Amino acid sequence: MENEPIIKVSNLTKAFGDFVAVDNVSFDVKNGEIFGLLGPNGAGKSTTLRMLSTLARPTKGTATIGGYDIVKNDNEVRKMIGIVSEKMIVYNLLTAKENLFFFGSLFNIPKNILTKRINDLLELVQLTKWQNAQVGTFSTGMRQRLNVIRALLNMPQVLFLDEPTLGLDPQSSVEIRDFIKKLNRENKTTIIITTHIMVDADLLCDRIGIMDHAKIVALDTSTNLKKLISGADTTILKLEIGNLSANIIESIQACQCTDAVIQEDTTHLRVISHGKEAFDSVIDAIRGKGGRIDSIGNLQPTLEDVFLHITGHEVRDSADQKIPLSTGHRHFEQTQQRIR
Amino acid sequence: MISHIFRIARKDLTELYRNRLALAMLIIMPLFMMAMVGFIYPSNVSSPTNLPIALVNEDTGYLNSTIASQTFIKGLQQINSKTNLMTLSNTSSISDVKNLIQKGDIEGGIIIPANFTETFLKGEQSTLIIITDQSNPDISATIQTALSSVFNQMGTAVAQQKVQSLNPTVNATNSLAIVQPYNVKTEGTVPGNPSYFAFLAPGMMAMTVMMSVMTGLPVAITLEKEVGTLDGMMVAPINRLSVILGKILGQTARGLLQGFIVLVVAVVIFHVIIQGNILLVFGLLLLFVFSFVGLGIVITSFAKDQGTAQMMMMTLMFPMMFLSGVLFPLQQMPWYMQDIAKLLPLTYAAQALRKVMVLGAGIPNILTELTILLVFGTIMIAVAVPVFKRMMTK
Repeated sequence: MENEPIIKVSNLTKAFGDFVAVDNVSFDVKNGEIFGLLGPNGAGKSTTLRMLSTLARPTKGTATIGGYDIVKNDNEVRKMIGIVSEKMIVYNLLTAKENLFFFGSLFNIPKNILTKRINDLLELVQLTKWQNAQVGTFSTGMRQRLNVIRALLNMPQVLFLDEPTLGLDPQSSVEIRDFIKKLNRENKTTIIITTHIMVDADLLCDRIGIMDHAKIVALDTSTNLKKLISGADTTILKLEIGNLSANIIESIQACQCTDAVIQEDTTHLRVISHGKEAFDSVIDAIRGKGGRIDSIGNLQPTLEDVFLHITGHEVRDSADQKIPLSTGHRHFEQTQQRIR
Repeated sequence: MISHIFRIARKDLTELYRNRLALAMLIIMPLFMMAMVGFIYPSNVSSPTNLPIALVNEDTGYLNSTIASQTFIKGLQQINSKTNLMTLSNTSSISDVKNLIQKGDIEGGIIIPANFTETFLKGEQSTLIIITDQSNPDISATIQTALSSVFNQMGTAVAQQKVQSLNPTVNATNSLAIVQPYNVKTEGTVPGNPSYFAFLAPGMMAMTVMMSVMTGLPVAITLEKEVGTLDGMMVAPINRLSVILGKILGQTARGLLQGFIVLVVAVVIFHVIIQGNILLVFGLLLLFVFSFVGLGIVITSFAKDQGTAQMMMMTLMFPMMFLSGVLFPLQQMPWYMQDIAKLLPLTYAAQALRKVMVLGAGIPNILTELTILLVFGTIMIAVAVPVFKRMMTK
């Protein structure tokens, strides 16, 4: 049963009053794969994760993990999963060890096994030295490391990670990514990651589901997704124009061949275009308005480009539509208005 | 499941213990509250002394004699020198008395009317008038009671004399029996004279325990939900009931500790004597917690954050404190308030505690209260569990 999906999601929906946070989402996750849910803040990724980890009740639809229904056999599901969420699940007034013993005890792990496992886990993330210090004294990175090993206490078959590198410094981010890969390789743990950081999704995930406005709009491997826009036909140009102006941008946009223009800062542009004449047309458009091209390059498509292509808007556009994890209908009403 | 309940309770209490400031407040708060309440309320039902009273003698006399008023005034002064009930001053008229009361210089006045001696010598009843400060009903009532009792005492003595003069064979003891056939003695069911504080203490204990648990639940539940750590428990394969019961256990322990401090203060500082069984007292407190904790769980489940939850708790508890006969007796409230009080668990808990602590009652005497608390609690918890499960997985 190697290829039997360990997670099957079928028409999963979550509505808060009138507001639909997750709209009829269906997908499968294979045993042992690293699966990513990618999309802007407010897309519904975290809500989907909360439902799958039994923390939230779906409004409609079902899902099974390891064959167990997330609603009807919730405790069976819980034995198999671990969750690392945006909010650190650690108690500041308890020591690292006490935290781990507390959570571990809720899984009915025999004491001697639990003790050994805790020691190993602390060792794994280099927190052994700090095991008897109160977590309130830890740095963010240390807390996140503890948060992660807490989720591993029950040796879960499926690990859910909600924005695992959010707010971390680059070094910690690298460490977490390496850790995830190692976990997947050595323990065959199935990993579901939600993130809006394209780089992470690209580097880590076997398959990526792109979510936007409560729906999954694309699902495939990173390579295949990029192929959606990197046909022989598509050219992505990276331009540095010293005297960039609105005129010049408009001129590029007016080109037949141009799909999208993304302005990265006062002098840098990214242009997604198609057709054999793309290069020439774009350069002519710039020169025609007196633009001075300081540098030009041909880029590989990124997931951001894929997202843009599929949804018609940038990831950044939706950035201010974050739906908070805590419930509260009023928050949703406000967000709902913006989305409309 | 039992081990999970204990672990969760222990975790909560460890967090409390490590928060030194919260721990200090935990102990200081009931100490402080009891001390304040105790010292404000008088601990002895003491008789008033040195009340400033004005005396107006308008007696015009009869047949050149003012014997009645003279006798009265002498008698009054005699009693006053023994009990120091009043600080007497002489005033010339009723209007002066009223003036002085308005100014606040005196608390009341005694008026001997113009026909005092006349009525006395004619063998009719003589009237005495007491004027009191109506702006202070408590003191006014006290003065009326005190003075009436003095005057009756004096009146009895005069009556005894009259009887003896009518029939010289009657001696002093028998004349008293003629004038005042009924002698009234009051006794209580327990030895000693319990103070007003003894009335207060059981209610204060119940109230402290309730406030402790009700303000603790928002921290234990709503705050953890806000911060995200509640997820850690909810995602573990444990019965949801374990979370609820574990939290309740932790807060109950905290509440009972505070209740115990109140008890210690009452006994050690205010000399309250506990007539009944101490174990029964704590058993009652536990049952009381059981009766209202379901309501607390419902409130914390609905609140978005700890602040809101705590506000909702306070809104609920504040009127309860005043309406349930804890600070002053139910019987003094109007009937519709008494009816409201009958809906509150605190009323029954305070009543039962009072019966046990002050009157030494045993379980048979508090069966009604026990049943009511048990029913309240069962209904509330039955509602709370599904509400909690629903609200925590939204």
